[in-house]
Amino acid sequence: MDRTLDNLKQRKVKAFLFKSFVWFCGILTVGILIYILLFILLKGVPKINLKFLFGEYNSETLSVFSSMVTTVQMIVLSLLISVPIGVFCAIYLAEYAKRGNKAVKVIRLAIDTLAGIPSIVYGLFGMIFFVQILGFRASVLSGICTISIMILPVIISSSEEAIKSVPDTYREGSLGLGATRLRTVFRIVLPTAMPGILAGIILAIGRIVGETAALIFTSGTNVLKNPSLNLMASQRTLAIHMYMLASEGLPHSRDMAFATGSILILVVFVVNYATTKLAGRIGRSQ
Amino acid sequence: MQTRQSNFNEIVMQAIFFLSALISVLAVLAICLFLFMRGIPAISEIGFTDFIFNEKWGPVNIPASYGILSMIVGSIYVTAGAIVIGVPIGLMCAIFLSEFCPDNIYKIVKPAVNLLAGIPSIIYGFFGMQVIVPFVRENFGGNGYSILSASIILGIMILPTIISISESSIRAVPESYAEGSYGIGATKEETVFKVMVPAAKSGILTSIILGIGRAIGETMAVVMVAGNAVMPLNKIELLKPIRTLTTNIVTEMSYASGLHESALISTGVVLFVFIIILNASLSLISSKTQRN
Repeated sequence: MDRTLDNLKQRKVKAFLFKSFVWFCGILTVGILIYILLFILLKGVPKINLKFLFGEYNSETLSVFSSMVTTVQMIVLSLLISVPIGVFCAIYLAEYAKRGNKAVKVIRLAIDTLAGIPSIVYGLFGMIFFVQILGFRASVLSGICTISIMILPVIISSSEEAIKSVPDTYREGSLGLGATRLRTVFRIVLPTAMPGILAGIILAIGRIVGETAALIFTSGTNVLKNPSLNLMASQRTLAIHMYMLASEGLPHSRDMAFATGSILILVVFVVNYATTKLAGRIGRSQ
Repeated sequence: MQTRQSNFNEIVMQAIFFLSALISVLAVLAICLFLFMRGIPAISEIGFTDFIFNEKWGPVNIPASYGILSMIVGSIYVTAGAIVIGVPIGLMCAIFLSEFCPDNIYKIVKPAVNLLAGIPSIIYGFFGMQVIVPFVRENFGGNGYSILSASIILGIMILPTIISISESSIRAVPESYAEGSYGIGATKEETVFKVMVPAAKSGILTSIILGIGRAIGETMAVVMVAGNAVMPLNKIELLKPIRTLTTNIVTEMSYASGLHESALISTGVVLFVFIIILNASLSLISSKTQRN
């Protein structure tokens, strides 16, 4: 009897320890996040000023203006390439492909592979193919081409999921009214799936903004004094700007790296908020 | 007439959808082709064994040597370190989210995990450089740029991958498993640890492999905290600098040319092969679970 009681007590102690450890790890994860964010924001936000945001780049301002413009340019143009391809691919996979089709298996394998390739390998490929073989040189154009491939899997998988979550009754209703399959896809399925597709696009924006390794040898680390939309110019994005400032090692450039980091974190906040909101909307519409 | 028109549209668009889907395949083929096209000749020029099993990396020495063994070992060490740090914390956090967390706290922790996934690697690297490196220097010695610092940063970076995939696989375990366990008198904690987690093991394994993939391929965060010195194999230590496959590429590419540049691309090929092996093991796991 005593032994069973002891045993029970021991089990309770073990259970308590285990439970505490699980709680600790949950809190630790949140703690790490808050620490990283506060550390960058508290040191970075006070350093942000008008000259840094919108001034001409020189060794004193270390302005982000031209890098910001390039980042936006890169987002817009690479989405213009990837979104149609990605959404069309998702339509094929979700609406047209037959189950067990060999081609579909190969396509899915390719998408999974693309999703797993590290960004430095994309960077090497972009350098070999776009910069050297196609002769785009180190330029914003090479960067855009490289990054368009990199964000494809993100767009495809979120679009496919969104399209699959559209209830079949919608399709049947539309087909029953005499609409063609194509019309059903464009008029009924895509609009219903739009929040999920948008969520994927916003995730892709987050990846473009944060990308460094794939761009360093394609769009390069050069910085122009003033913003330029010249596709053939080599010009850095925000994240590369931060990397260059951080690796210079001077106190002033380090301060400005904190400031650039704060801007990046603000972008990440917006991206995260928007995706959660949009994902919530599909959840509700189901 | 109209139906013929719409039939035509249907066929054209279907072809466009299919071609768009093929672009991913083309992209993968192009990436393989051009990487191997530049990497393989360099490997054969250097000699396979001299490239893979030689620890001497001296591309500007005369005669030059291009051995990447030290970087392969370096990549394995920092990845293993990341797993040692990230997996226990991540798994416990996943258990917390799926089994123990009250709803109001879930609403804080879950978005935090998502946010952690969205932070760019450059921010992690900078944070590591400013916080982890000085911390390691002051508490463990050395100059702080080390395997340990890289492992800590990578351990944090793989947390969201480990947490979200493990969480959903634990949630996917049927309720009846837990009920059976309670029925024979097990506590909540015993049920979670001895029934739920083992039942979710293939999902947890998947999360670990994805975490390995993320850690071994990470570049920018590692380059900022690892010190990047090429260490002879017998001098590799936890508190000493290290160079990995990824950081070898990024530190030298800007001034490399000729065989040196190709050797760096070959380093990328080796990394790519690692990733393909990881992917293959992932699909092995998923086909196994599907069969069960």
